[in-house]
Amino acid sequence: MRILKLQINGDLHELAAPDHWTLLEVLRYSLQLTGSKQGCDKGDCGACTGLVDGKPVLSCLTLAATAQGHEITTIEGLLPAHRRAGGEGADPIQRAFDRCGALQCGFCQPGMMLSARALLSRNAQPTRAEIRSALSGNLCRCTGYTQIFEAVESAVCEQLGVAPKPRAWETPSPESGS
Amino acid sequence: MLRMPRFELLEPTTLEAALSALAERPEKSMVIAGGTDLLPNLKHELFTPERVVSLARIASLRSVRELDQGWLSLGAMLKLEEIAAHETLRRRYPALAQAASLVAGPQLRTMGTLGGNVLLDTRCQWYNQTYFWRQALGFCLKKDGTLCHVVEGGSKCVAAASNDTAPALMTLGAELVIVGPAGQRVVRIDDFWLADGAANKKLDPGEILVEIRLPPTTPGHRGAYGKLRMRDSIDFPLLSVAARVDLDSSGKVSHADLVIGALQARPVRIKKLDSVLAGVQTGGDAWKTAVSQAAELAYRQCHPMPNVPGDHEWRREMVPVYVRHTLESAVRGDGPVHGL
Ligand SMILES: Cc1cc2nc3c(=O)[nH]c(=O)nc-3n(C[C@H](O)[C@H](O)[C@H](O)COP(=O)(O)OP(=O)(O)OC[C@H]3O[C@@H](n4cnc5c(N)ncnc54)[C@H](O)[C@@H]3O)c2cc1C
Ligand code: SF4
Ligand code: FES
Ligand code: FES
Repeated sequence: MRILKLQINGDLHELAAPDHWTLLEVLRYSLQLTGSKQGCDKGDCGACTGLVDGKPVLSCLTLAATAQGHEITTIEGLLPAHRRAGGEGADPIQRAFDRCGALQCGFCQPGMMLSARALLSRNAQPTRAEIRSALSGNLCRCTGYTQIFEAVESAVCEQLGVAPKPRAWETPSPESGS
Repeated sequence: MLRMPRFELLEPTTLEAALSALAERPEKSMVIAGGTDLLPNLKHELFTPERVVSLARIASLRSVRELDQGWLSLGAMLKLEEIAAHETLRRRYPALAQAASLVAGPQLRTMGTLGGNVLLDTRCQWYNQTYFWRQALGFCLKKDGTLCHVVEGGSKCVAAASNDTAPALMTLGAELVIVGPAGQRVVRIDDFWLADGAANKKLDPGEILVEIRLPPTTPGHRGAYGKLRMRDSIDFPLLSVAARVDLDSSGKVSHADLVIGALQARPVRIKKLDSVLAGVQTGGDAWKTAVSQAAELAYRQCHPMPNVPGDHEWRREMVPVYVRHTLESAVRGDGPVHGL
């Protein structure tokens, strides 16, 4: 056991946890931040994705202690961060997933949205190929990925202030069927 | 839920402190870098260390340094993502940058390190499983058992060296700088491997890999990396090909090298490659013929084992396909090769 100080979603949390606990275990079982999902628990699925200093990492393969001193963002922090930055409503990515019906059971969504947030924060206008690549570590067993990619494109449009016409900025790709 | 066995975690901020932390109980301690190989293995109870020593807070292990005579030093704790995106590496050592770019998925490349990739534990379908699963089947040679489920009557484990950067580093002639209780040693990466899946690396308990050194390349250096996998993301290689082709000023091949991964306990170098590729002018018909001969040579020398996903005969048939594409891609300068 040791006392951990973790900076999560803008708040400093102090808690006791054993050395061998992962960040995911601390989030879910000590802090009740159950938005981060425990899917495979061994790096395969991306359901536990969180942001550490803005980059997507797997919380199931991160020892909680090693996350100290870093800025951690979970799905619970996306809306508050958006509001703190002066925005209204939820993060544009969350609204776009809702608008585009980019989910069925929802289990993969927190990870998907955080991977998408990390992408859009470093690249405001990604291509379909860049979106596919950025989300390629997040598995969805329900929807297929088309609506998910469209949701990210829709969020991009919103951030750029243009009408959400999917794929408006790139030439049609064979897979888009148009 | 996969809980890890209990251990004590230390997070030293200097290399000296890390070495002393390991030296107290070397046999019962393990190093953690990005943890993306170690943590799944701990969750599967393949290792049960009493102490885990993290290198993540040692800043000196994350630098890229130019050395004398054109050598380049890469800190063992550089992230795969950094290796994949590094401009100098992409230009001077394309096979390495490409290999790093194809490891796992984005999150794992953000976390996984170059050193951890070199030191990745070998893999086998009968080994990378939970304790419950393994004991239900019966343990094997690599862990707790006395027989191999892959080679009937086999006395040596043949788990596959599945680290993507290792074949690329071998074509580049990399050297590993290792420090331990006895001081520092430098090993050519070719001499670092043993043909034993249960212990395929010459690294003693208590030792730390600190840097990977790369010799200079000439302007005519070409390289590429090809990887066969189930899905085009996340998955470990079913087969991987690192290609090196050095061209002289007239566009003729002066030296070529091919190293294949995910076949056996160590990456496999294709023998006698220069006998078909050296002296050939790239671009024309002679080059096409030579590439086919190289592919045939590789096919004859590569024998995938049935211990990673995918039918092993199919994997063997894919050897010449990937060799051909990766050699051509190296010369064109446009790899990596994947999803064929
Ligand atoms: C779902 C999944 C998919 C993956 N796909 C791939 C893939 O396609 N290709 C691939 O190559 N890998 C893959 N990996 C494995 C892994 O992510 C990478 O190999 C990564 O580079 C390992 O680096 P790490 O820093 O996380 O290593 P760690 O897990 O920290 O360490 C690996 C091993 O090396 C030892 N070690 C690490 N650094 C040092 C050091 N400096 N000195 C001494 N010992 C050290 C550790 O004790 C441990 O035994 C995958 C992993 C997962 C979970
Ligand atoms: S190759 Fe044989 S001994 Fe080695 S891990 Fe697989 S089953 Fe076990
Ligand atoms: S729960 Fe972490 S990757 Fe699946
Ligand atoms: S919506 Fe169910 S896993 Fe993606």
